[in-house]
Amino acid sequence: MKAPAFDYARPETLEEVHALLAEHGDDARILAGGQSLMPTLALRLSGPALLVDVNRIPGLGAIEARGDGLQIGALARHAAVLASPLVAARAPVLTRALPHVGHVAIRSRGTFGGSIALADPAAEIPACALALEAEVVLEGADGSRVVPAADFFLGLYETAREPDEVVTAVRLPSQAGRRFGFAELARRHGDFALAGIAASARLDHDDRVTELRLVCFGCADRAVLADSAAARALGRRLDAATIAEVAAGLGADVEPIPSPEADAETRLHWARVLTARVLGALPTTPEVDA
Amino acid sequence: MSGPQSAGPIGRGLPRRETERLVRGRGRYGDDIVLPRMLHAAFVRSPHAHARIEHIEATAAAASTGVVRVLTGADIAAVCKPWVSKAENRATHRSGVQHAMPADRVVWQGEPVAVVLARSRAEAEDAAELVEVEWGPLPVVAEAAQALAADAPVIHPELGDNLAFEHHQVQGDVDAAFAAADRVIERRLRFGRQTAMTLEPRVVVADYDPAAEHLTVWHSHQSPYQMQDVFSRLLGIPEHRVRVVTPDVGGAFGAKINVYPDEMSAVAASVLLGRPVKFCADRLESFVSDIHSRDHEVVARIALDADGDVLAIDVDDLVSLGAFTPYMRFSISEALMVAMWTAAPYRMGAYRARGRVAYVNKPPVGMFRGVGMPVACAAGELLIDDAARALGEDPAAYRRRLYIADDAYPTRTASGMAVERMTLVRCLDALLEVSDYARLRAEQARLRERGVYRGIGLATVIEPSAFGPAYYGPTGARISVQDGSTVKLEPSGVVRCVTSVTDQGQGTLTGLAQIVASQLGVEPEAVEVVAGDSAVTPYGGGAWASRGMAIGGQATLDAAAALRANVLALAAGVLQTRAEALDLGDGQVRDAATGEARIALAEVARLAYFRQDLLPPGVQPELAVTRHFVPKGSLYYLSNGIQLCHLELDPETGAVRLLGHWAAEDCGRIVNRLLVDEQVRGGIAQGLAAAFWEHCRYDAEGQLLNASLADYLVPTACDLPDIAVTHVETPLADTTLGAKGVGEAGTIGAIGAAWTAVNDALAALGAVATEQPFTPASLLRALRER
Amino acid sequence: MSTDEARRRIRLEVNGETIEQEVAVRRHLADFLRLDLGLTGTHLGCEHGVCGACTVLVDGEPVRGCLMLAVQADGARVETVEGVTERGALADLQRAFVARNAAQCGFCSAGMLLTAASLLERTEAPDRDLIRAHLSGNLCRCTGYQSIVDAVEATWAARRAERAP
Ligand SMILES: Cc1cc2nc3c(=O)[nH]c(=O)nc-3n(C[C@H](O)[C@H](O)[C@H](O)COP(=O)(O)OP(=O)(O)OC[C@H]3O[C@@H](n4cnc5c(N)ncnc54)[C@H](O)[C@@H]3O)c2cc1C
Ligand code: FES
Ligand code: FES
Repeated sequence: MKAPAFDYARPETLEEVHALLAEHGDDARILAGGQSLMPTLALRLSGPALLVDVNRIPGLGAIEARGDGLQIGALARHAAVLASPLVAARAPVLTRALPHVGHVAIRSRGTFGGSIALADPAAEIPACALALEAEVVLEGADGSRVVPAADFFLGLYETAREPDEVVTAVRLPSQAGRRFGFAELARRHGDFALAGIAASARLDHDDRVTELRLVCFGCADRAVLADSAAARALGRRLDAATIAEVAAGLGADVEPIPSPEADAETRLHWARVLTARVLGALPTTPEVDA
Repeated sequence: MSGPQSAGPIGRGLPRRETERLVRGRGRYGDDIVLPRMLHAAFVRSPHAHARIEHIEATAAAASTGVVRVLTGADIAAVCKPWVSKAENRATHRSGVQHAMPADRVVWQGEPVAVVLARSRAEAEDAAELVEVEWGPLPVVAEAAQALAADAPVIHPELGDNLAFEHHQVQGDVDAAFAAADRVIERRLRFGRQTAMTLEPRVVVADYDPAAEHLTVWHSHQSPYQMQDVFSRLLGIPEHRVRVVTPDVGGAFGAKINVYPDEMSAVAASVLLGRPVKFCADRLESFVSDIHSRDHEVVARIALDADGDVLAIDVDDLVSLGAFTPYMRFSISEALMVAMWTAAPYRMGAYRARGRVAYVNKPPVGMFRGVGMPVACAAGELLIDDAARALGEDPAAYRRRLYIADDAYPTRTASGMAVERMTLVRCLDALLEVSDYARLRAEQARLRERGVYRGIGLATVIEPSAFGPAYYGPTGARISVQDGSTVKLEPSGVVRCVTSVTDQGQGTLTGLAQIVASQLGVEPEAVEVVAGDSAVTPYGGGAWASRGMAIGGQATLDAAAALRANVLALAAGVLQTRAEALDLGDGQVRDAATGEARIALAEVARLAYFRQDLLPPGVQPELAVTRHFVPKGSLYYLSNGIQLCHLELDPETGAVRLLGHWAAEDCGRIVNRLLVDEQVRGGIAQGLAAAFWEHCRYDAEGQLLNASLADYLVPTACDLPDIAVTHVETPLADTTLGAKGVGEAGTIGAIGAAWTAVNDALAALGAVATEQPFTPASLLRALRER
Repeated sequence: MSTDEARRRIRLEVNGETIEQEVAVRRHLADFLRLDLGLTGTHLGCEHGVCGACTVLVDGEPVRGCLMLAVQADGARVETVEGVTERGALADLQRAFVARNAAQCGFCSAGMLLTAASLLERTEAPDRDLIRAHLSGNLCRCTGYQSIVDAVEATWAARRAERAP
């Protein structure tokens, strides 16, 4: 299981990356943490002519405050995000979700931007990005742009990223006043989810829902914002009846696809069960401080 | 022959000696071996489960960088004979001819058809991608039921149909019993395919020297002797010029006792090229080329009378074997074990079993920990559990009531199998005590009121181990059921034991050192054990069927006892006394009566080797003694035990969390408790793995759908529970050592215990699981179908 | 090795020694250690990132040796089981592995030891669930993990006791 032969470049600036991507087009692949790309090479599922290793580009790994929000550099390792007190304070759903991402050694190398760029439908980070109302910062040869997460994930491993663009960072707005929930069902610890739910909500003084972002992952071809289901909760308390209605409504937003593990029906069922559990816990979950 | 001299080193929980090296990175596994001019093999494997090989175009591959040769089936056939795996004593066993690489037709996805030999594995793989094979796809049979249908495509046309083996086991009038029954329960059970997934894949490094006409093979294998014989016969090299060395082996579990076509091809390539060749299976090819296990469909029925006694059990077992009965052990025992041992712990009126094994277009099911016994165990235990539930009896109490009593031996099982001795009731008592069964049941009832569904499952385990000459001899297979050891006193008073037993992590060699030490009155540290080299050690079986300690341990005990007698005789000559007046202890020859040290063992050795001039005239020192041992009376040594699995079911998701697992085990004399317990734990882990996670999933076209370690789910440290092991120790009467097998009991019982536990949790919801593995999806299905 | 295959010169520290040599860019770090440097204590159980047998320390962090190219380790500090053993850094854990029979075939052991290393620095009381989660990326086929968890727990506790005032 040796990777096929390829060439390797280790640019130290984004300009060099863009030049290489422009020159080699589809034959080039960006190499970040390698925790998803390297297995596909070993399995000879892909055979790029050139790997463009972005790991030595300075500054791309920073995790920093940005106003009341956060900016997480694309090269921030899963381990660094998991250990960051800033993340724990301002985006606690990531701190909850990251222990589910692979294992210790995977998290030493795997990157935040790599997971966003890969857009695995069962991955935790894209789902959290949706719940956090994140924006993806892309830099191409012609300049940079910022794409809301909700417009970024388009399908199975498919994103709004243009081939010449690099994901450089993910920006999170202030989460003040939001509460987060997260749950996933996986066959084993550290596996990609069979089904998962990430949620953020704001409740008023009367515990009524003023905002709910409900994200279902591991179910459809990508992580999906279940907006119409979530809307059923607006203005209501998260009591059993409301929760049941939201869970029942999931089918309108999420088009589950069958997996070798389970048929579409079962995956949606799991998403519903997890939705109920996550929503049920929200009222007793602390809010993010301003 | 005397028994173990003293409690001494026997029974001590000494750490395994190899571990010191292995945890310091000093292991030497097959893939670590590098020879001058060594070539690396990469195979081209069939993407089809059944197809004609129309043409193989290897020109581009042969011209690829680093490539030395590309060989196909015809090339290999020039030096390697095909083989037929046939049990001569089983009239109903029929087997096709197997080639190292077929020239005209493949019969499973993953069967090798060409091999590239190149300077590096990477280059060999590059070239393998360039080999173009023109395939003529043929109809596929992937399931036994389909394979046995009248119009099924036949995998081995010379056999006429796909029935590989059929066996009937009948005692008493089963039909009458069922007709008279007060209650009949029937279950259809599916057992999934598992694979051994040794962490170290299969490796062979072959070095054929054409000048010396000598073949040396470093082989990640359980039996260097078997492979010496196989290489010699199939490659036509005189046996004394074939040397097979087993270096450190990274897990075997039965998978590495089989003969593999790719390994044969790699060794044949070395013969053809006159250069060293390494083949190290990568993980992807392991999944489609290692042996698999089980893949049974069982229909089992139980007939009960009004009192809840068992009138009869009727079992119909169907095995989807794969494309061949693997060399050299046929795998017909997959079905034989089920037919012979289902519900064997229990008293009943009549018994009937039919076992059928069918050829299908999948990799062969071969030897893997437990061979058929996990199926026998689970099928029987599920019937007993169902009966207990129907009768409203506690499953532990019901078992006790039906068990063959501890004082009823020797006896026969309802299926007619001879049983020298079992301790079913004592093991049950021990288990219920360590697991605090009563408390678990009370807690289960309490939690159920709160909507928490816990399951407690029991499985009684029988482990026929150390199969003797009566089992393999009549098959005609060249399988040695004996083992041998040479024990040698070195001049400085330390000891070497050179043994045919092999060790892939079990710790058997440490146990042998303890046995030798006990006989010679030295510390186990003063005994070095040498194993795994067919040119050097006595001939034997190696490691399989949990025989190492039972058989090899006895051979070693006999050899060490004989050496002891020689040492004492020599010392008696020197000391001018009688041997009977002397004893050995703490490295000294001692006065047997007073314990007083008379002469150091090292001094006896020095005299024997260097100062023969001082010995009494006519004395010939013999300080190296070889003994072999083969079980005489019985077909097998029978260990028994029982397991309890404790779990929690999430009825909304179907997810199961394992809370704990207990085992009570009677494997006869325990030479090393530490190592025995870890054998039990490791075996249970593999059984639980099959029960909940591991499954080679095939589609109707014979394609393996999850052939990667990302998709074939091996449980992690988070998934498995702590396992408590307790023992009942009833030494075997047949040998002076008294040890029986223990390597497979864990796996044999774990699937059944897990299954009865899952059913125990499901029963509260009115559901039952009928197929393993139990996945969240399959348990939800069971709940929907209730 | 083929002539048309891309190669690079790399310089890195392996077990305290500075190594400077050419390597094929497609060669992963574990193969570089095993084939180029003869450090066969690092094992390959799957080569696609799942089993953890190839785990080595890169700049002190446990990393899958099969999921990192050797060229990517240019400038890094790499440590394998051989280096850790010679330094004596895990001698206590290795002793615990022996005493508890936490290795059977030993194929997973190097990866287990190196992954467990960071746990032993923790100051809180040992926690079996945490140990299990921490080791979840390292498959062991022989033991069922309990003995490994026991060995790590015992070593963690002993180190903690030693540090205590
Ligand atoms: C055993 C195992 C278990 C795992 N379990 C999980 C899990 O449970 N959940 C989970 O989410 N992940 C899991 N992963 C994957 C892991 O999280 C990866 O790290 C992650 O998905 C990809 O990040 P990376 O930095 O490794 O990307 P790489 O593997 O380097 O790249 C992945 C893809 O993204 C592209 N890419 C990477 N970075 C950029 C960028 N900055 N801009 C543009 N394109 C880029 C690459 O070209 C490539 O196509 C697991 C991996 C393994 C080996
Ligand atoms: S060999 Fe690297 S994870 Fe298995
Ligand atoms: S000891 Fe064999 S894999 Fe862990």
